[in-house]
Amino acid sequence: MPNAAPIPLVFETGKRGRATVYFGDGHALDEFLPKSALRESLPLPENSELDVVRHFTRLAQRTFSIDTGFYPLGSCTMKYNPRINEAMAAQPGFRDLHPFAPTDLAQGAIATMYELERALSAVFGMAQFSLNPAAGAHGELAALLIAKAYFRKKGEGAQRSTVIVPDTAHGTNPASAAMVGYKVVSLKSDARGRVDVAELKTALGSDTAVCMMTNPNTLGLFEDHILEITEAVHAAGGLMYYDGANANALMGNSRPGDMGFDLMHLNLHKTFSIPHGGGGAGAGPIGVAERFVDFLPTPVAVRDRDGKFSLDFERPESIGPMRSFWSNFAHVVRALTYIYANGGEGLTKISQLAVLNANYIRVAVKEFLETPYDEPCRHEFVASAQALKRETGVRALDIAKALLDRGYHAPTIYFPLVVPECIMIEPTETESKETLDGFINALREIMATAKSDPQKIKDAPVNTVVGRIDETRAARQPDLRWQPSL
Amino acid sequence: MYSPHTEGDIKAMLAAVGAPSLEELIRVPDAVALKVPLDVPPALPEADLARKIAEYAARNTAATEYTSFLGAGAYRHYCPPVVMALAMRGEFLTAYTPYQAEVSQGYLQAIYEWQTYMCLLTGLDLANASVYDGATALAEGAIMAVNATGRSALLVSSAIHPNYRDVLRTYARGLDLDVDELPVAPDGTTDLSTLEARLADKRYAAVALQSPNFFGCVDTPHAREQEMFASTGTIPIAVVAEALSLAALVPPAAWGAQIAVGEAQSFGNPLNFGGPYVGFIACTKEHIRRIPGRLVGRSVDNRGNPAYVLTLQAREQHIRREKATSNICTNQAHCALVATIYLAALGETGLRRAAGLNLRQVNRLAERVCAVPGFSRAFAAPVFNELVVRVPSSTTTERVLAALRERKILGGLELAGWYPNLSDCLLMTATETTTDGQIDAFAAALGEIVRETKAAARA
Repeated sequence: MPNAAPIPLVFETGKRGRATVYFGDGHALDEFLPKSALRESLPLPENSELDVVRHFTRLAQRTFSIDTGFYPLGSCTMKYNPRINEAMAAQPGFRDLHPFAPTDLAQGAIATMYELERALSAVFGMAQFSLNPAAGAHGELAALLIAKAYFRKKGEGAQRSTVIVPDTAHGTNPASAAMVGYKVVSLKSDARGRVDVAELKTALGSDTAVCMMTNPNTLGLFEDHILEITEAVHAAGGLMYYDGANANALMGNSRPGDMGFDLMHLNLHKTFSIPHGGGGAGAGPIGVAERFVDFLPTPVAVRDRDGKFSLDFERPESIGPMRSFWSNFAHVVRALTYIYANGGEGLTKISQLAVLNANYIRVAVKEFLETPYDEPCRHEFVASAQALKRETGVRALDIAKALLDRGYHAPTIYFPLVVPECIMIEPTETESKETLDGFINALREIMATAKSDPQKIKDAPVNTVVGRIDETRAARQPDLRWQPSL
Repeated sequence: MYSPHTEGDIKAMLAAVGAPSLEELIRVPDAVALKVPLDVPPALPEADLARKIAEYAARNTAATEYTSFLGAGAYRHYCPPVVMALAMRGEFLTAYTPYQAEVSQGYLQAIYEWQTYMCLLTGLDLANASVYDGATALAEGAIMAVNATGRSALLVSSAIHPNYRDVLRTYARGLDLDVDELPVAPDGTTDLSTLEARLADKRYAAVALQSPNFFGCVDTPHAREQEMFASTGTIPIAVVAEALSLAALVPPAAWGAQIAVGEAQSFGNPLNFGGPYVGFIACTKEHIRRIPGRLVGRSVDNRGNPAYVLTLQAREQHIRREKATSNICTNQAHCALVATIYLAALGETGLRRAAGLNLRQVNRLAERVCAVPGFSRAFAAPVFNELVVRVPSSTTTERVLAALRERKILGGLELAGWYPNLSDCLLMTATETTTDGQIDAFAAALGEIVRETKAAARA
């Protein structure tokens, strides 16, 4: 058992007057503002700097991360985050640069944006990218706003009201469609785990605005009929959207632009090694084919004939800006650093090894877990605990918790929804054969224990600071903040 | 390349999966296979790479060689080194969204603390785990109000940050919402004289007001307007672009805001040429099912101990898909963590001192700059850490900024592009990082520039 004593909240410790002092004596606020404009009290706790250090160090120690262990979370691409990226982003010339700095005194920053934009366009076969959106879902929203603006301009705004989304799609796809007022049509996958082309064709019509896909899809399978799909959607007057969450499988091998996609986003925090930071910040650049370039969100980084870089805001057809300032710029620096560290050949190799690692686990777990789509996968694959559940009552959730006990992060579970008791595994290319072997062995042992002593797996985790949490109570009696005692 | 694979590993693994080569393993249909190498420069060894990227950083002299009076929604503040030292720990930096709560208790607790801080600062009942930034917080807050009221129009002050209003319009076009604006009064606050008439037909889901507003002015409604909001069922939204002001000014809940949205970059997060920053949304408890994004709740585990977990996920995209309150998935967790550690380190005293110093420096700035002949404040309303200054009629904002740049000073932001009637004005900012000496040198430079302008006119 680890030391599981609860860590007091920062609000429950400290004393008035204990905070380390960082600023010279403040001034009486009412020297400058009328009393009516001022707040009466500011009830914030005061802890010494050492207390703050210990508090957050202890919180860090209770947080699983890539740095502490293997993180095979499907569709999340939890690869190593190189520290050179951090050092580059933290340079004062980037870190202390104000977004309203005059363009000619910020040429290095805009050049960084421009070069990343060019590199992404090259790797994914698009005409141009805007680095404006702050995350993948934000990029989806931007792209659908482009579709809406495009159809409005064509005089088809009212008619094109439907977005087609395969049932394996990420939840953000239908949620983004709803945020631009589109009706969502869900498409069933076929027996091979791909979009059913015949069914797609029946769903297509003069109301089709966009078909959103990821390729490889969330089952880790390449949509091999992709050209037929994009041609059918285009023939119906619709647009193809590429969800770049799975782009780590693709680099140097195939490009969304060449598959016929019109619009796409990337998650720089997945494919391009930016740390996820516990849920963000990410970055979700969107790329478009030539005929949509004018609609990109502002600004777009450009270079003029004299080699001067600037941010282009004067784009009358643009959907407008998606966020306060230009980009998640520190991430732009990290992503460009990563691309230059690897080069074109390195990026190609990254995707190859990501696919190799996924297949290596897949063939090994086949011996004890069902793998419903028995063919080589891309960067991730899905297994199912359905048979195990029928036999022993042990579910995918239990396996996930048992993995936590053994020092591994759990895979993504219960997604995609089309596979019952789904376990979705994405190892990424930065894990060694030895790490993968250790994980496979842990999984094998969990399966054996599930059969001999199922309760033991259902009781997991026991080696973590807390056991399974009462989620029903969390939702029914929401306790979302500390309350001062009266 | 950060892959650990040796040639031997690759060979053994290919054999295990039954593929003859990496190329064969990843083969795609010929028609969509890329047949040329990627058009990306060749790999650079790290030592060369560091030099190359450092050259880009060195070309941003605005960050390193100039005294800056720029603000306008992005503020330079002092951040104690302890904040980044803790936030950059690998456990925090390289974690994913805490889906597996049992191994993420530390980060979950930190987010719960962030939510609490935002409640204490805004005076509201609950806050989410963050959204992208101040502008998207406004857009998401507006959508909450639309969903709460079933109305499809929004009324916003034109003293709200222009970029925030632009982003709100981007989102509004997607949902076919109307956005109307309230004008600015002569004192720099929002002109609320037409409010009663505008709210009468109950068309507006919300009225959004920013304080301190884009001009730096304290801008909150009074009891009379609060009654109008209540009697017409219009939701008041408070917008806060400078979170440090929450340490000094009447909190949004105290003037009746049901939803507070804003930007917390000022709490420890660097300027970073505009991002990543951290948006927040706080609200009264009746909006709990409508707030977008992640929420961390405290519950108990099967051993009876307190435990933290992501909760109320039935609002979110991965459960509800097209019926979710928002499409947000990735947020700005690490920036919110930085803010949380910053607030924990400063405590009440530190935050109050920082706020007091901002007030002092902006007032010194106002006094010194407006002592220069021809310069004057455009607005009379009290300010927190920035203000609008009118330049002498003998010159232009462009000429003043250019002359200041020759003296290595970034003198503020021109407003003409957004507010044609303020084409002779600059928005200037001072924080606790602005020294008395810098302010005095700035004023002296303005004096010189005025004298040079006069001399040139005579000649």
